Amino acid sequence: MTRTPLRPLARILSARAAGENPNVIERENIRKRHEEMHDKMRQRAEGRLFLLGLFFFCAFVVVGGRMGALATSEPTEPRASAPGATISAARADIVDRDGRLLATNFETHALYAQPPHMVDPEAAAEKLVQIFPELKPERLIKDFTGTRKFVWIKRKISPEQMQAVHEIGDPGLLFGPRDMRLYPNGRLASHILGGASFGKEGVSAAEVIGVAGVEKQFDDYLLDPANGNRPLKLALDLPVQAAAERVLYGGMRLMNAKGATAILMDVRTGEVVSLVSLPDFDPNNRPRPLTRGDQSESPLFNRAVQGVYELGSTFKIFTAAQAIDLGIVNRNTVIDIRGPLQWGRFRIRDFRNYGKELTVENIIVKSSNIGTARLAQRIGTPRQQDFLRDLGFFKPTEFEILEASSGNPLLPRNWSELSTMTISYGHGLSASPMHLATAYAAIANGGYMVKPTILRQSGPRMGKRVLSEHSARVARQMLRKVVANGTASMGEVTGYSVGGKTGTADKPMPRGGYYEDKVIATFASIFPAHDPQYVLVVTLDEPVETSGDEPRRTAGWTAVPVAAEMIKRIAPLLGVRPGVEPAIRADITPASSN
Amino acid sequence: MTEMVYGAVPAQHGEPILPKWWRTIDKWSLSCVFILFAIGLLLALAASAPLAEKNGFGTFHYVMRQGIFGSVALIVMIITSMMSAVLVRRLAVIGFLLSFIALALLPFLGTDFGKGAVRWYSLGFASVQPSEFLKPAFAVVGAWMMAASLDLNGPPGRTWSFGLCIVIVVMLALQPDFGQACIVLFGWGVMYFVAGAPIVLLVGMAAVTVFGGALAYSHSDHFARRIDGFLSAEVDPTTQLGYATNAIREGGLFGVGVGEGQVKWSLPDAHTDFIIAVAAEEYGLILVLIIILLYISIVLRSLARLMRERDPFIRLAGTALVCMFAVQAMVNMGVAVRLLPAKGMTLPFVSYGGSSVIASGIAIGMLLAFTRKRPQGEISDLLRGRRG
Repeated sequence: MTRTPLRPLARILSARAAGENPNVIERENIRKRHEEMHDKMRQRAEGRLFLLGLFFFCAFVVVGGRMGALATSEPTEPRASAPGATISAARADIVDRDGRLLATNFETHALYAQPPHMVDPEAAAEKLVQIFPELKPERLIKDFTGTRKFVWIKRKISPEQMQAVHEIGDPGLLFGPRDMRLYPNGRLASHILGGASFGKEGVSAAEVIGVAGVEKQFDDYLLDPANGNRPLKLALDLPVQAAAERVLYGGMRLMNAKGATAILMDVRTGEVVSLVSLPDFDPNNRPRPLTRGDQSESPLFNRAVQGVYELGSTFKIFTAAQAIDLGIVNRNTVIDIRGPLQWGRFRIRDFRNYGKELTVENIIVKSSNIGTARLAQRIGTPRQQDFLRDLGFFKPTEFEILEASSGNPLLPRNWSELSTMTISYGHGLSASPMHLATAYAAIANGGYMVKPTILRQSGPRMGKRVLSEHSARVARQMLRKVVANGTASMGEVTGYSVGGKTGTADKPMPRGGYYEDKVIATFASIFPAHDPQYVLVVTLDEPVETSGDEPRRTAGWTAVPVAAEMIKRIAPLLGVRPGVEPAIRADITPASSN
Repeated sequence: MTEMVYGAVPAQHGEPILPKWWRTIDKWSLSCVFILFAIGLLLALAASAPLAEKNGFGTFHYVMRQGIFGSVALIVMIITSMMSAVLVRRLAVIGFLLSFIALALLPFLGTDFGKGAVRWYSLGFASVQPSEFLKPAFAVVGAWMMAASLDLNGPPGRTWSFGLCIVIVVMLALQPDFGQACIVLFGWGVMYFVAGAPIVLLVGMAAVTVFGGALAYSHSDHFARRIDGFLSAEVDPTTQLGYATNAIREGGLFGVGVGEGQVKWSLPDAHTDFIIAVAAEEYGLILVLIIILLYISIVLRSLARLMRERDPFIRLAGTALVCMFAVQAMVNMGVAVRLLPAKGMTLPFVSYGGSSVIASGIAIGMLLAFTRKRPQGEISDLLRGRRG
């Protein structure tokens, strides 16, 4: 490239010679150079401007195209949720052992408001309060006239209420479909079912999640679409449950108890056919947990699995059965029961004076603390611990409702020989009624542990053997005798040969020590005693029976009649045929058992 | 002799103003602006009625105001378009100084009208947004500096204009008004591009823009919230965007009918930022496409005329003005169809807005002044073309 100088020397010199201003020549050259440059730049800019034009053209076409695509698409109500994250409202039903409905879903609607769309917020609020008296008008008006764009008003409304809201006619009041969990039987089996509430919540759907009971325990199963909405089948029997609840409620009122619980368990499968805890609640309208005070006072508290109590003399049969199982004694061995039994500063007394000595069988029948303690002394601490551990008294039951895991037995911190003696008759170790029912099932089914379960089972599920066939049978016969002519004589139900053991334990005070006049009365029974099919544990909390001269609190006067009434009502429902009891040949030991 | 007796025939230097204006002006673009303004009035009839009702004015209060301000804007536009390029430049420089000072004083004297950003001066009868006037003035001043740098022995005007641009962008970003800041930055970038920016630098600038965007996203809540709102796949039915999208869908091809639209009742900015949604709902896709067509023709015709322009200043200033105008329209409509994140930008001439309409009038007037036909030495081009 050749450079053209702006001040060409030849022209400058000649201009100077002619007396002209040489700058004129430079300016003229600059002007020409600018002309040239402008031409060149314009050509370059032409391309770039064309690019710009093209860019804007394309951009506007895209905007126009998008506008067209939007305008021709169907107008849909905008959704708050992305399509990927849909809320699954499906939840499987829960049915009892015969397929009767315990929990199902019910289509309802939630009511919400979009205040920006409302025509007359004040009038709408007023009419809403007429439909739903529990709403506060001031609050509604504040919500509707403030800056909020979205207000939930009611989570569940009935079709009639929905119609009434429709008739208000305000476009800002809207409905979202809801699947509501419905418990058609109301309070029946409330502690088993627990309850459900809404989890993730959107305008168009809400997830129903369990909050307690089997609803919570089997939440994953119930929500899993892979199960194809197959219902969850429980071991519960609805008519039995209804009868049990009714009888227990009546018994609780008659005995002036503040709470009660009953567990009916199949001795071979561990199925819990009925579980009642009173006071109860309506899972359709689950009350809030107590914010203060003792949670065990709440109706939500499941006494059958959460409540751990000193279960009293019901434990004596374990001591006796173990002693027989170990071959220390047989049922006719005579034990010295002269009392009081002094151990350090502690004295063990009997409820009454039963004389100087009793056979093992009569210790159970008369419920002698001293006699049982003597047996426990001969068994010894380690063997007692092993046996109770085998029976499941050392850890929470594996019953499949959420609350069961919190039913942790209370064991003595320092298991002394005195502990061994008191535990042998049910003091110093607290366990739940479910623990007791499970252990009685082992005696009833011939010595095998079962796992308590709420799910329907197809056949017997007997686990580890904890007692020999023989000692289990002897224990059963002793239990039968307790009812036939012992402390539980009111438990006799003609045709069902009930066997069982009473237990009356003083309630511990929160600060230590025991109440004089507050007891936990328990009756753990099996029926029919010669071929047991079911275990029934009935526990009353602070019962007082006042028909006599003095208030009676012992289980024999309180829990036993309630249990007897219950067996009378439910045994036919369970299909247990009444029969003639084979004679107990108590004095004849079968040759095979030795 | 006759002349001595009767006086000289009035001498006419060059052509008379009005015929020359009419001969050289871009009549198509001028018509497009008028049509846009007419559409704006039509839409204001629908869109501003709810606002007027809410604020307790007569139903067509805002339509009247728009008519008055629009008429003033159109007159200003025509007067400006009659000026010579040099006069435009001089006035623009003065205007730039004034609006720059006004912008600088905003934090002390301005008001935010409760919208969270101090952008306005309240004059009682109207509010003035200095940045609206600063934009076109900056286009002219920047082009002037940049064109000067292209001359032999010229000053480093490119650097100067860039420095000025950055100062303005920072001031706008502090308000915060990222929309206007982006437009100013874009205008400068376009000038630089047309003035012959090296390609490497352009790529670098793109990178800086991305980086700056990321920085703004992480450090400004205002900015981040808008981006988040855009990126989330779902449209919250209660946001402005949700309403706008729904309105466009409801409108379909031919609209729901004059005055039948609903979106104007729900959107607080229906008469400004989301005027296109009102148009789409009431008059359908047809009107939207007409509006887009009008903007395209203004932009493309102006750019085509600037392609012939030999004067670097005029070319740069014109380009910057038309690109700012185009990008503003594009962003406004792009937001309504959710191609771009929500940004408070008006649709020039169509949206309601007192001072901003006048500012648009000045900008387009200057553009029209710059795109007037001039002798461009086309003969020499032709000759060279034949030679080459």
